[in-house]
Amino acid sequence: MPADSTDPARVIIDSDELGRALARMAHQLLEANHGAENLLLLGIPTRGVPLARRLAGLIAEIEDRTVPVGSLDITMYRDDLRRNPTRVVGRTDVPGSVDDAVVVLVDDVLYSGRTIAAAFDAVRDLGRPRAVRLAVLVDRGHRELPIAADAVGRRIQTAADERVRVRLAETDGVDEVTISRGAL
Amino acid sequence: MKHLLSAADLTLDEVNGILDLAEEMHQVQTRPVKKLPALRGRTVVNMFFEDSTRTRSSFEIAGKWLSADTINVSGKGSSTSKGESLRDTMLTLDAMGVDAFVIRHSSSGAVAQAAGWVKAHVVNAGDGQHEHPTQALLDAYAMRRHFREHDAEGWAGKRIAIVGDLLHSRVVRSNVLLHRTLGSEVVLVAPPTLLPTGVETWGCEVTSDFDAVLGECDIVMMLRVQRERMAGGFFPTPREYADGYGLTLERLERLKDDAAICHPGPMNRGVEISSEAADAANSLVLEQVAAGVAVRMSVLYHLLGGSDEGGQA
Repeated sequence: MPADSTDPARVIIDSDELGRALARMAHQLLEANHGAENLLLLGIPTRGVPLARRLAGLIAEIEDRTVPVGSLDITMYRDDLRRNPTRVVGRTDVPGSVDDAVVVLVDDVLYSGRTIAAAFDAVRDLGRPRAVRLAVLVDRGHRELPIAADAVGRRIQTAADERVRVRLAETDGVDEVTISRGAL
Repeated sequence: MKHLLSAADLTLDEVNGILDLAEEMHQVQTRPVKKLPALRGRTVVNMFFEDSTRTRSSFEIAGKWLSADTINVSGKGSSTSKGESLRDTMLTLDAMGVDAFVIRHSSSGAVAQAAGWVKAHVVNAGDGQHEHPTQALLDAYAMRRHFREHDAEGWAGKRIAIVGDLLHSRVVRSNVLLHRTLGSEVVLVAPPTLLPTGVETWGCEVTSDFDAVLGECDIVMMLRVQRERMAGGFFPTPREYADGYGLTLERLERLKDDAAICHPGPMNRGVEISSEAADAANSLVLEQVAAGVAVRMSVLYHLLGGSDEGGQA
């Protein structure tokens, strides 16, 4: 698709709103879990990892206790590995054990649900958590699997050909979520 | 990447990609469930026409931990002992639809030739006196970890001595090629009888005086003196070899403080390496073995992890 046929990206969540969305997610997680007990936050690379760290920071402020944070790469568990050129694998770094923890998967955008389905398999190879929860900054709909998030920063209506892009200070130098139509 | 035949096939980015992923794969070794699903449904054939314990078993474990189906074909007990040619054996297996061959062969160049016959991916697990690229990669992996632990990351300016039977070693050729890509300095040390013809064209410093370079190296890699060479007139006696080219206790004490020792194994203790050096705190020998599985997992993933069109996402 030629570049001039794409809409300019529109900011749908700015830095302030992104901060409030994360605070809301932290409260949702704590309410559902009745506190921070047994929580283990695992961010899915790339942007799920800094989001998980920020959520852990917010939970620490609210509850005055630290919760373990790690990263869980799901590349090798994807169902479309064979359909793409070799993908670069990210870091998996799980503090302690997932056994009997309440694992909270953290990702930036929930879309088809396939990433999260792969994450379930990845968690299963690490042990047996008491429960697995899901926290996402943006839920853009269009699920292809029966998966729902437990904590959501913002739900947005999107068309399938729109592109939702999360940028974070840690990885991209700025906090914002944009939406654009057509090519990248 | 379609094949891994030579260490020279790899770009710097590819080497770094393989070593970085090997770090991740290394973690899998410590998990209760040592299994990743990435190569589910792929079949890897290990064809070893020469004896090997660590290379063959580490390739087999690497394939299994990535969920590939692995089978082993050895020279003995296969149709090659009935006179079938390497080409026919490979075409037979290729026709069965296998995805990759991991080949060790006693003839230099045999693996590269084999890669031209089959549709599957081919990995060179050692061909004659030519190359052993995954060994060079795991050596580099162990060295890189050592440098990191000593806050001295980066290959520029690192001096790596490779000492011993350069004439018959495939490990040295792959290491020289790999370090040319990485940008580190290699100094080759051997008695004049064990220097390959044309070694001056390899672009490395070459010397027969181990003691002269010993104190300035960051890594000392001792090569195995192959038993069959000991009677081959290349040096008078194992004892004299050890005096001139062995990493003795006396030489061990003259290494730089943060220098490390490598050996591709299996070791002849008392010949090219003393027991004190083999078991020293700065010996990477066991790290190299542990790295073998992780690095080979990484290589198999890079070859087989994506669609067959290849390329890197």
